[in-house]
Amino acid sequence: MVDAVRNPTDESDILVNIENVSVRFGKNWVLRNINLKIPRGQTLVLLGESGCGKTVLMKTIIGLVRPTEGRILYDGRDLATLPDREITALRTRFGFVFQQAALFDSMTIEQNVAFPLRQHTNKGRAELKRIVLQRLAEVGLPDNVGLKKPAELSGGMRKRVGLARALAMSPEIMLYDEPTTGLDPIMSDVINELILSVRRQNPVTSIVVTHDMHSARKVADRVVMLYPQGRLKKGESQILYDGPPGGLERAADKRVGQFVRGEAGERLMEMRERGLLSD
Amino acid sequence: MSTTTQTSPLPDDAPPGFAGSIVEWISDFGDVIVGYVAALGDFAMFVSSTSSWTFTRLPKRETLMPNFYQIGVLSLPVIALTGTFIGMVLAVQSYAQFRALHIETRLGGVINMSLVRELGPVLAATMLAGRVGGSMAAELGTMRVTEQIDALSSMGANPIHYLVVPRFLGCLVLIPTLTIMADFMGVVGGWFYSVLLLDIDSHHYWQHSQEMVGAFDVFSGIFKSLFFGAAIALISCHRGFHCAPGAEGVGRAATSAFVHSFVMILAIDLLLGIFLDSLYLVIWPEGASYL
Repeated sequence: MVDAVRNPTDESDILVNIENVSVRFGKNWVLRNINLKIPRGQTLVLLGESGCGKTVLMKTIIGLVRPTEGRILYDGRDLATLPDREITALRTRFGFVFQQAALFDSMTIEQNVAFPLRQHTNKGRAELKRIVLQRLAEVGLPDNVGLKKPAELSGGMRKRVGLARALAMSPEIMLYDEPTTGLDPIMSDVINELILSVRRQNPVTSIVVTHDMHSARKVADRVVMLYPQGRLKKGESQILYDGPPGGLERAADKRVGQFVRGEAGERLMEMRERGLLSD
Repeated sequence: MSTTTQTSPLPDDAPPGFAGSIVEWISDFGDVIVGYVAALGDFAMFVSSTSSWTFTRLPKRETLMPNFYQIGVLSLPVIALTGTFIGMVLAVQSYAQFRALHIETRLGGVINMSLVRELGPVLAATMLAGRVGGSMAAELGTMRVTEQIDALSSMGANPIHYLVVPRFLGCLVLIPTLTIMADFMGVVGGWFYSVLLLDIDSHHYWQHSQEMVGAFDVFSGIFKSLFFGAAIALISCHRGFHCAPGAEGVGRAATSAFVHSFVMILAIDLLLGIFLDSLYLVIWPEGASYL
């Protein structure tokens, strides 16, 4: 596991290279000077409290958010400079599992999973059906789910359908946005196992955004912890920790340990001082 | 996804008192102007992207048909009903004045002229903006809020091509048909009330209609409707795409889609009315204008 955290010297081993990326919404900076190199095959967990910019970073990686400064190289190519047609082609190499699954309400589960295949391939109806059922089976869903609408499924099932849809095009890189948020502990573990099983079955690079420590420890090769811009001191890096999951507890920065252990002492004191919380 | 709220750029060391409030006012005013310019630029980019996709690659049939059904077929009853009532209301409102002048048989000309030139297209467009525009903004807004639009992009589908172009084409192609239906039902409604209930002579009713309403009048109504349809689709889809988070955001998007579409329909109606009037005089300089 730790081996995957190595800093690869061979540039061709780097799949995603985030160079000095900053993102600003309106007048507020959400990300500032982020530098990360993600090698092929690694499972990187982006950790951090709500609002620290984890999801923004992930959406920037796939080009849904344009960096205000800096660039993101995917296999050496800068997404921002590519023409639309190439960006479209490139996006078929990504699989994105959204926080609330983001399934298309107006479509059945089968149509949802088949959507990327219909968009980018000319496969026949029977072939599409075969792939859809195979993907649903991979995430532990029975065939009869295919004809249902997303609203008829539970949260956990919707997440699994989202995962099946993300896997439909056999992507090279999987992006998971808070995959276990809002799920019960058993279903959370099912999702964690699925993330691991996807990795075992396919040679994918994964980026998982989460604040679920159990999930982070279970799936991560490498953990990067971000801190909200607004709470940083001048000149401080937004990345508080970058290393193996085992090193989180022993991190030099005490804010990492506080986050991992869920200690809100300092934050509560601060809120009381600012009059946001009564004693 | 993290979102941020805009804060006033007023620096902490702004002058105090009256001078400070003037600086603050100027700063806020500047913010508002910049916001409007940015919104206008954004809308222009949206329109340009929609046009470019419309003329370069048509959406698949299975994407187009449900939108055409929703926009065209399901709007027909309400538009037909509106047209019928407007025809009858015109007869009710005009009858007393025309009767006082003993020219009640000319009602047909006035009712039918008003319908094909103005009321048919404008009311059909207004009904479409209310029924379809609001629904498009709410649907796309919900898709934005629930990240379905991001999901489309992440799977290599262009959201403008997949979501906006079918709705735009649906409104553009079907609004002339809906306008013709509103005109037709209005003519029938006006005739029904005038001839069958107010006992106006049917022959003269139609004769005056034929004298007063020309092909150019019918054409101008249908021509205007194309612009109304385009405006409804573009404004409503744009509102949906820029929906604020939450149920309140979706509600606001739906309301503002209707309000902006309605104002735009009236503005386009005025501008095209002036343009078509001038065009008529250029083509037929000797001919009387519409009345």
